[in-house]
Amino acid sequence: MAYDELHGANGTTHPAYRAYTEWLAEVPPEMLQQKRLEADLLFRRLGITFAVYGDESGLERAIPFDIIPRIISAKAWETVGKGCIQRVKALNMFLHDVYHNQDIVKAGIIPEEQILSNPAYRPEMKGIDLPGNVYAHVAGVDVVKVSDDEFYVLEDNLRTPSGVSYMLENRRMMMRLFPDLFSKIQVAPVEHYSDMLLKSLQAVAPASRSSMPVAVLLTPGAFNSAYFEHAFLAQQMGIELVEGQDLFVKNAVVYMRTTEGPQRVDVIYRRLDDDFLDPLAFRSDSMLGVAGLLSACKAGNVTLANAIGTGVADDKSTYVYVPEMIRFYLSEEPILSNVPTFRLSRPDDLCYVLAKLPELVVKEVQGSGGYGMLVGPKSTEKEIEEFRKRILANPNNYIAQPTLALSTCPTLVDEGVAPRHVDLRPYVITGQEVSVVPGGLTRVALREGSLVVNSSQGGGTKDTWVLEADAC
Amino acid sequence: MLSRTAEHLFWMARHIERAENMARMLDVTFRMRLLPASINQPIEPWAQPWAVPLITTGTASAFYALYKELNANNVLEFMVSNLENPSSIANCLKHARENARTVRGTITSEMWESLNSTWMEFGNPGPEILETTRLGEYFEHVKQRSHMFRGVTVGTALRDESFFFTRLGTFLERADNTARILDVKYHILLPSPQDVGGAQDHYQWGSLLRSVSAFEAYRKIYRDTIHPRKVAELLILRRDMPRSLRHCATEIYSMLGRILGNTGHEALRKAGDLNARLEFGRIEDIFSSGLHEYLIDFLDRTGELGAEIHQEFFASTNLEMRLA
Repeated sequence: MAYDELHGANGTTHPAYRAYTEWLAEVPPEMLQQKRLEADLLFRRLGITFAVYGDESGLERAIPFDIIPRIISAKAWETVGKGCIQRVKALNMFLHDVYHNQDIVKAGIIPEEQILSNPAYRPEMKGIDLPGNVYAHVAGVDVVKVSDDEFYVLEDNLRTPSGVSYMLENRRMMMRLFPDLFSKIQVAPVEHYSDMLLKSLQAVAPASRSSMPVAVLLTPGAFNSAYFEHAFLAQQMGIELVEGQDLFVKNAVVYMRTTEGPQRVDVIYRRLDDDFLDPLAFRSDSMLGVAGLLSACKAGNVTLANAIGTGVADDKSTYVYVPEMIRFYLSEEPILSNVPTFRLSRPDDLCYVLAKLPELVVKEVQGSGGYGMLVGPKSTEKEIEEFRKRILANPNNYIAQPTLALSTCPTLVDEGVAPRHVDLRPYVITGQEVSVVPGGLTRVALREGSLVVNSSQGGGTKDTWVLEADAC
Repeated sequence: MLSRTAEHLFWMARHIERAENMARMLDVTFRMRLLPASINQPIEPWAQPWAVPLITTGTASAFYALYKELNANNVLEFMVSNLENPSSIANCLKHARENARTVRGTITSEMWESLNSTWMEFGNPGPEILETTRLGEYFEHVKQRSHMFRGVTVGTALRDESFFFTRLGTFLERADNTARILDVKYHILLPSPQDVGGAQDHYQWGSLLRSVSAFEAYRKIYRDTIHPRKVAELLILRRDMPRSLRHCATEIYSMLGRILGNTGHEALRKAGDLNARLEFGRIEDIFSSGLHEYLIDFLDRTGELGAEIHQEFFASTNLEMRLA
């Protein structure tokens, strides 16, 4: 039975929702449906959309937005926020260690092959010192709530996590639709995210360039599914939005092509995967990257955020070691728990998982976006048998977890207000310090009973309200 | 500013301006159809009313590749909604919006919203839009939206390079369009310079003026019946006429002057030359050497200026060479 955030464990209205439900009780249902249409129209007119890969029409879709906020108490947030910061601190120390002394391997906590045989491990980064020893400048930690004050971490996204623009736009939309609510309920603001990000990007500029560093945002281009977000963030930070073709490297220094001639670039917030960054170093067929970027990086003339090779730390088979990392590097106990995870590379785990497939969630180690996964309880016998064959062909490629009861939140659907499953992605920024804005992106599975919240699979989003102070 | 960004801004402005000029041209041709046949009688066999928009835009061969017959409906479909015609209104609105989307982080959100909603509402007109009763309204909307975009640009954009490149696109496109409209109409209307006067002239020249929103301005300035020479003077040399060649050239020169930095000297020189020719030109001289020849020369010069702008600001191949 999933935990319902509105009714809590005992069936009474959770205190965090009290003020909101009082307001909701007085609002006519037609008004809600009308606000929902208004929001949809606004998102479309503002062009807040994402492109769906494989959709021939080439048009962008607006991500469904639910106008009922997800509300988190100040107390619960304290746990989540601190827990995420702790995790990202340890993960950055782990990444530095991976590409330097590998103390954690020497201490016998993580096996060497877990690192070296990982496809996301980049030997090119070995021994390279980065400003502030930061690798994951932006991290999205996916968490789920399972009881009043208990959260589990589902995964750490340390490559190019997306979705933060929805967090910001959802808040703007809610303030536009329901200004009266914000005077009734004190919600912690999130708008300073872009300032925080810009400050952190400037803080990690190469030491020799630290007076007025030039930061840019590197996008794969207008046809990328997250292009809106790239343009949005560049605009909010007031930095150039560049494509690979706008940059070039000469004598290990990166320049952008401007109407005034070449201009030097110091920090690149890149939203392009490692593989495509530099055709000379990685995939030679990449048309999106910049030839020689790795050499500029190695020479310390430019900082990439996130750094090359962070994938080695957010892969689902490394995930199981994160609590140990926290103990090893920080000498602290993890604030947030991991979901118990079976590694199918281990014969015992494989045996158990194959016997319990209908009860478990099986994921590809490298997969993302809800593709390539099996949700046992929601699958037909045939789907399970097909997946079994895929697992047996390459067990190392999979992990399995018990089907986690994602909590539910009140959500406006065609029939009225009903509970739907949600998760949460807070965004952790690391520059000179590690920080997180209150809340994050709440994704909601709009279909009844569905546990898949990914926008590519029919999920929507909600505004996430962290209360400034809890009612007594 | 990024070269690529500058190029997108430039073409964003050119495309919305082109959509407006298409709508103007087609609207006037469409209205002329409502007049009696005697007035519509073509003077030259090639100057069928519905051939004129094709000749003006240089799309006649593209048209005949798609359609067998020259008639109102085919030409309108080709120029309004056909996506295979790169200059159709639908395509212009689409390209304006696509360019804007690529640089949406650079333009103001109002500019983006204006082009995005214009494309959503008018960028994919169905066959019903070609009905006589609805077409005029459609053209009116396209013009209004183009006005709105310019207004929003002037009213919201920071006066930095992105604004200058946007305005540069607007006026270069407009200069080209006005010259073309004038050239073709003039050809049709005036086989010999002596052939002036009469109702046909009044309506034909009147329609030309209306297509560039200059009918009222003509009356105000000249307080006279419509004379071809004065029409030409108004649309070529009058600085105060916002769609005249002179006005456009002055704006182009001024924008390039404000953009000028390490680059753009040759583009500025060419624009200055173009502007000076108009500033010190006399309508008598233009007519004695031939209006058509004059306009063709003008179109060549604006074409070269466009190529120069591209070369100096947008083409990135030379940039690495310039690095000291």
